[in-house]
Amino acid sequence: MRYLFRPPGTDGAALLALPWHEPLEEWDPALLLEVPQRGISRHVVRFVAEQGRVFALKEIAEPLARHEYALLGEFEEEGLPSVSVLGICIDRPGGQDAILVTRYLEYSMSYRYLFSRPSARQSVDQLMDTLVVLLVRLHLAGIFWGDCSLSNTLFRLDAGALAAHLVDAETAERHPQLSRGQRHYDLELARERVGAELLDLQAGELLPDGVDPIDVADSLPVRYDRLWDEVTHEEVFRADEQRYRVAERLQRLNDLGFDVGEVELVTSDEGARLRVETRVSAPGQHRRELFRLTGLEVQENQARRLLNDLRTYRAYLEQRSGAPVSEAVAGARWLADVYQPVIDAIPPELAGRLAPAEVFHEVLEHRWFLSEQAGRDVGTTAAARSYVRTVLPATPEELTTPSVIANRS
Amino acid sequence: MASIEMKNIVKQYGDGYPAVNDVSLDIADGEFMILVGPSGCGKSTLLRMIVGLEDITSGDMVIGGKRVNDLAPRERNLSMVFQNYALYPHMTVYENIAFPLRLSKTPDDEVRRRVTEASDVLELKEHLERKPANLSGGQRQRVAMGRAIVRQAEAFLFDEPLSNLDAKLRGQMRTEIARLQRRLGITTVYVTHDQTEAMTLGDRVCVLRKGSIQQVASPRELYEQPVNLFVAGFIGSPPMNFLPATLEGDRLQTPFGPVVLDERRAAAVRGRGELLLVGIRPEYFEDATLVDEAKRPLGSVFRARVDVTEWLGDSQYAYIPYEAPEAVTTQLRALSRELDSEELRTQAIVSIDATSRIREGREAEFWLDSRKVHVFDPQTGENLTRDAEAGARLTQMATEDRVEQVQDAQASGQTVSGATTGGGQGSGAHRAGAV
Ligand SMILES: Nc1ncnc2c1ncn2[C@@H]1O[C@H](COP(=O)(O)OP(=O)(O)OP(=O)(O)O)[C@@H](O)[C@H]1O
Ligand SMILES: Nc1ncnc2c1ncn2[C@@H]1O[C@H](COP(=O)(O)OP(=O)(O)OP(=O)(O)O)[C@@H](O)[C@H]1O
Ligand SMILES: [Mg+2]
Ligand SMILES: [Mg+2]
Repeated sequence: MRYLFRPPGTDGAALLALPWHEPLEEWDPALLLEVPQRGISRHVVRFVAEQGRVFALKEIAEPLARHEYALLGEFEEEGLPSVSVLGICIDRPGGQDAILVTRYLEYSMSYRYLFSRPSARQSVDQLMDTLVVLLVRLHLAGIFWGDCSLSNTLFRLDAGALAAHLVDAETAERHPQLSRGQRHYDLELARERVGAELLDLQAGELLPDGVDPIDVADSLPVRYDRLWDEVTHEEVFRADEQRYRVAERLQRLNDLGFDVGEVELVTSDEGARLRVETRVSAPGQHRRELFRLTGLEVQENQARRLLNDLRTYRAYLEQRSGAPVSEAVAGARWLADVYQPVIDAIPPELAGRLAPAEVFHEVLEHRWFLSEQAGRDVGTTAAARSYVRTVLPATPEELTTPSVIANRS
Repeated sequence: MASIEMKNIVKQYGDGYPAVNDVSLDIADGEFMILVGPSGCGKSTLLRMIVGLEDITSGDMVIGGKRVNDLAPRERNLSMVFQNYALYPHMTVYENIAFPLRLSKTPDDEVRRRVTEASDVLELKEHLERKPANLSGGQRQRVAMGRAIVRQAEAFLFDEPLSNLDAKLRGQMRTEIARLQRRLGITTVYVTHDQTEAMTLGDRVCVLRKGSIQQVASPRELYEQPVNLFVAGFIGSPPMNFLPATLEGDRLQTPFGPVVLDERRAAAVRGRGELLLVGIRPEYFEDATLVDEAKRPLGSVFRARVDVTEWLGDSQYAYIPYEAPEAVTTQLRALSRELDSEELRTQAIVSIDATSRIREGREAEFWLDSRKVHVFDPQTGENLTRDAEAGARLTQMATEDRVEQVQDAQASGQTVSGATTGGGQGSGAHRAGAV
């Protein structure tokens, strides 16, 4: 047998003791972790926990495994939202298929979970828009997905919004650029699959009454075309409008979740022509900034939220001491004095239902809500206490992310 | 259902390299066409242009009489079979087949009619009300085919659909696809790099090389009357042997002794250069002691030392080394590289009867059927002795077989009614061996 994995390979080493020579289907259930809400799959897919980390294992023909391994590696390097690949195991005895190993995307939710809960905080519209952002991003990067579906997308909460990640790249193709036909075909496949997945939920009586599978599926092309146009269209305007039109466009793209790479502005007597090149990577400016200051790894909107709080705290520190406080010091103090106490307030039995940064975001929301009611600022500590008592317990237990479950036992 | 006509199709990618170069090909309504060739020959690109996934640089793509160059994939109404073979666990097999129609809001009775017909053809009738969890691998694949059928597409397209299946399922599916295509009589284009698949599935096979068509013909015509060295070397397994030869009168001097050519072939070869290549398929040889007296005079007999024999139970191969001038070995090496095949060594692979007692390391006497050899120009690769008429007859026969099978299927009511094949199909729509 041969194992191929990318450094850092320490994760890989921990997995070497697993029974790779046996068909995945026959692995001892004691080695495996149940993930009840996972998507539909044609291959045998299993989950294992090793040293507190969770991995997804998929048994698949070697050429496909190699292909998916290579592509997922590229996607990660380029900052495209996808699951992170660890490696593959090939040359298994008896001519068995290869196994692809990816890192479990913690705190992710499947569509089955999201759709089958009528009380869910996320609307169907939000879900579809999120999916379309992912598809447009991939298309901008020249990637034909070939299997865009709800099963192949994982959703994560990002400061109340949803973010979509690609989980299955086995049919994906990389091209220098996609033709219109390729984009539309990919979209057509997505429409059909999403429609079928929703019909399936309906057949299983798991879909809320108000959701019509056909309407939802048919809305995909409309949403896609709108977003694609917003992101890629060239604009022509008068020279005197130039300044605010450019700023407006860039702001709009940011709001849609895209970072801008290069801006090309061609002016002539008739006016200005604006072409904006969008970065394919998901925006990461705030994420990187927060990581630099605190070492926390969170998602982009969460990072923006946390940074805002950090800045407020820094201003408070400076005001109190009457002297400037460096960024680095402020970061460390905020982490220890503000962030960590909130996270520590989560009782063990409620841990893992939401990502810590998402809890922090919700606590800030809760604080705002309580302060409104009280007519004064109640403070983060009181808000956190109230939140873990009244709000967090209402998040369904099945949301608990596998690594937390694994570390409990 | 529709014919597919390609007129002078060119595809240049960004770098300017023509991945498909001036391809003209007519696929008749109801025909099963294979696109085959080594990696990079442009077969997938050609298929993707039919589907609408790649823009066509120049030329016309005409489906069912309508130019589709500028139509989106969806508007072409073609079906890429096996694109979606996911099975949805809460839906019955019936709904798993029907959902494309549900999504297009087809009325219930029409859905019922089409799903029932498709499940008849696919022999899934007993399973329609079940959940898909317990279907076998083959049945799952048939559900995927059912989805393609109910759409009533103009044509089915396959791009190496079996390459990731295990050997057993691959064999099953190959048979299944062939049977289904016959029953439905639906125009089908199938891309593969596997010449065995090409030879067993298609009505006609289009052999591509570096973006250009080499030959379009029935499997038998390709096998017996290849147009050039490339096609001759690509089709057939084990491959055709190529030996150096010079013409003296009406006989070829070869490392395996003289081979007499009939007048037609001798005339075709005369004056075509000093050095020639003679192509002999492994099956055209035999252990001389096992050839009956009546057949013997139709070929020549030679003695040679056998290097290795390979006994496969029902057949046997002997490997016979021979000498060849540098010019020939260089040419053959280039050819085998292009065909992605193992390095051709200067040894002939010879098929002998499984009962033959010929042994390794010994000299033995072989018989060679000289009626069937072809002579190639080593420079241009052209087959100098190709009998175009004989070839056309072979392809015509294949066409007649196909038409008959489709009619039989229709007569026994096995086709799907939406997929009506116009009465006059097959007549004149085929140009046998058209290049
Ligand atoms: N790294 C991961 N993190 C979280 N969930 C995962 C991960 N990998 C796989 N899954 C879950 O397992 C399911 C099946 O995985 P995947 O889509 O790769 O399998 P598949 O057999 O190739 O599916 P398909 O039938 O779409 O080809 C996914 O829908 C997802 O819910
Ligand atoms: N998007 C692209 N951009 C540039 N060149 C391409 C692109 N796609 C294919 N090519 C090139 O066009 C040629 C034909 O490719 P194509 O994929 O059609 O060949 P193929 O016969 O299907 O090969 P294979 O069996 O390897 O898939 C090759 O030289 C390939 O490198
Ligand atoms: Mg999947
Ligand atoms: Mg997959």
